[in-house]
Amino acid sequence: MADLEELYREIILDHYRSPRNRGELASPPAHRVEGFNPLCGDEVVVSLLVEDGTLADLKIGGSGCSISQSSASLMSAAVKGKPLDEVRRLINTFKGMMSIHEASLGHDHPHDGNGSGAEVLEGEPEEIDLDKLGELAALQGVVKFPVRIKCATLSWNALAQGLDEVAAGA
Amino acid sequence: MSATPADGTPIDGAPLPLNTEALRKDFPLLARTVNGRPIVYLDAAASALQPRSVIDAMTRYYERSHANVHRGVYATAEEATALYERARLAAGRFVGAPNPAAEVVFTKNTTESLNLVARSWGRDNLRAGDAVLLTEMEHHSNIVPWMLLSEELGGLDLRYLPVDGDGRLVLDDLERLLDGVKVVGISAMSNVLGTINPVRLVADAAHRHGAVVVADGAQLVPHAPVDVQELGADFIAYSGHKAMGPTGIGVLWGRAELLESMPPFLGGGGMILDVKLDSFRPAPPPARFEAGTPPIAEAVGLTAALAYLDDIGMERIRAHERALTDHALARLDEKLGRDVTIFGPPAGPDRGGVLSFAYRDVHAHDLAQVLDQYGVCVRPGHHCAKPLMRTLGVQATARASLSLFSDDNDIEVLIEGLLEAGRLFG
Ligand SMILES: Cc1ncc(COP(=O)(O)O)c(C=O)c1O
Repeated sequence: MADLEELYREIILDHYRSPRNRGELASPPAHRVEGFNPLCGDEVVVSLLVEDGTLADLKIGGSGCSISQSSASLMSAAVKGKPLDEVRRLINTFKGMMSIHEASLGHDHPHDGNGSGAEVLEGEPEEIDLDKLGELAALQGVVKFPVRIKCATLSWNALAQGLDEVAAGA
Repeated sequence: MSATPADGTPIDGAPLPLNTEALRKDFPLLARTVNGRPIVYLDAAASALQPRSVIDAMTRYYERSHANVHRGVYATAEEATALYERARLAAGRFVGAPNPAAEVVFTKNTTESLNLVARSWGRDNLRAGDAVLLTEMEHHSNIVPWMLLSEELGGLDLRYLPVDGDGRLVLDDLERLLDGVKVVGISAMSNVLGTINPVRLVADAAHRHGAVVVADGAQLVPHAPVDVQELGADFIAYSGHKAMGPTGIGVLWGRAELLESMPPFLGGGGMILDVKLDSFRPAPPPARFEAGTPPIAEAVGLTAALAYLDDIGMERIRAHERALTDHALARLDEKLGRDVTIFGPPAGPDRGGVLSFAYRDVHAHDLAQVLDQYGVCVRPGHHCAKPLMRTLGVQATARASLSLFSDDNDIEVLIEGLLEAGRLFG
């Protein structure tokens, strides 16, 4: 069960059992975004408050599997209070870690292939600086389970969408 | 489960038990290991496995007989046409169609069959404000086509038969709900709850109200004897791949006079009698509904699949799966007790071999992930039945569904995996 233990690291289970920054912020002034995973029905609601170029506050609502919920919780802890450009960089780094690279497809693993609709990037994976990800690096085991990548990226996509909408003045 | 009696005669007219150990050898995929363990395939409701005879029939067809159908006059083209039309007869006879040559339309799958009814019969016969009665346990494929039609026609009155706490349809208000209804869509067996619905009773009532009845047979047809004349529906749809045939082929059986009255579904080659620069004349059914090159190899595979099921006997398959369902319900209760919640009716004649469950508060996705490590294939999610999920008050369930080769050991491995998930998620 080595793969399973890699997937369900203690940190992940901890964030799943005791999610950080749960709840919703009053909207307005906060901005609210919903994310759905149509495959499994997981839902996440991200409320974000942007002030003076920083993500001043953020709360997570919704429900779903351990991967989607722990990823949302880990995300909230990592981005809250950070300048927006840093948040954006983290989103990109995280999504880079969660991408399947074409070069890694087609080996003889029962979970190979990309039935998940996860993003497949051409060529070799870029080096991802795991140190920059801190606790988030615990989620890297998810890449071995392509169907679960959508669970892990659900809250991140909602956050990115929220930042775009705020920037556009929505 | 138990061994076949040596002399092979049924006891008291009861169907002969299946020898699952021997049957398993017919399925090449079951020889595979996953994560170092033999596959425990409990996902027939999503798609069934194929016996070797199906795979061989398709290979033989491609190696010896492939050609387009209904056009060529050379030997293989005639062979291909004969094989394709033979499949039509087989697909119709399998559900007791009185006149399969005229009443069976090949489609891509159940979804396309149901869309065909909505697009063709529905668009021709329904008007804004007309009522459609569905059930809360329908698969999206028997809901969304009616919603699309509703948008197009400027609003249909979509009504639903509710589901009770045991996962059965509530029929108390049936007469009132049927008032003014033009079409009834009903799943013959739920892909979430395993409920085998009283289609006959609903169809008889619907007919008294002048409604047409569309049965979704995706789950029932592959797992129990079905006779369209006894079932009483006007249309029934099923998928080849859930009946141990290939993907890419579906069946729509419809009453001849209804098919006769319906406009074409898709336009193209094969569905016309004549085409001029400004008009066309459609072919009679079933060709009218089969535009373009059809799934020929898939039809050949379907013939082999239905022959495989028929050789075993649908009565025996149903008896086996029913006994194993009862056994699984009892074992899950015995080993997991209150930690497991099973949705759907208790053991009995209206309970099919589909077991949706929740285990403690472990999310279905996580359950399925842990079970995969045991080689157990189950499905997590909403099973394309979101309205039903809302009624059940859950986001997702894990679903184990049985095949004719499923046995006691499969259930034990399932339980072993669930206990491990319980340990992991504490
Ligand atoms: C009850 C029911 N109806 C319809 C379908 C759709 O079948 P298909 O995907 O083959 O079109 C399914 C299978 O998912 C089903 O279980």
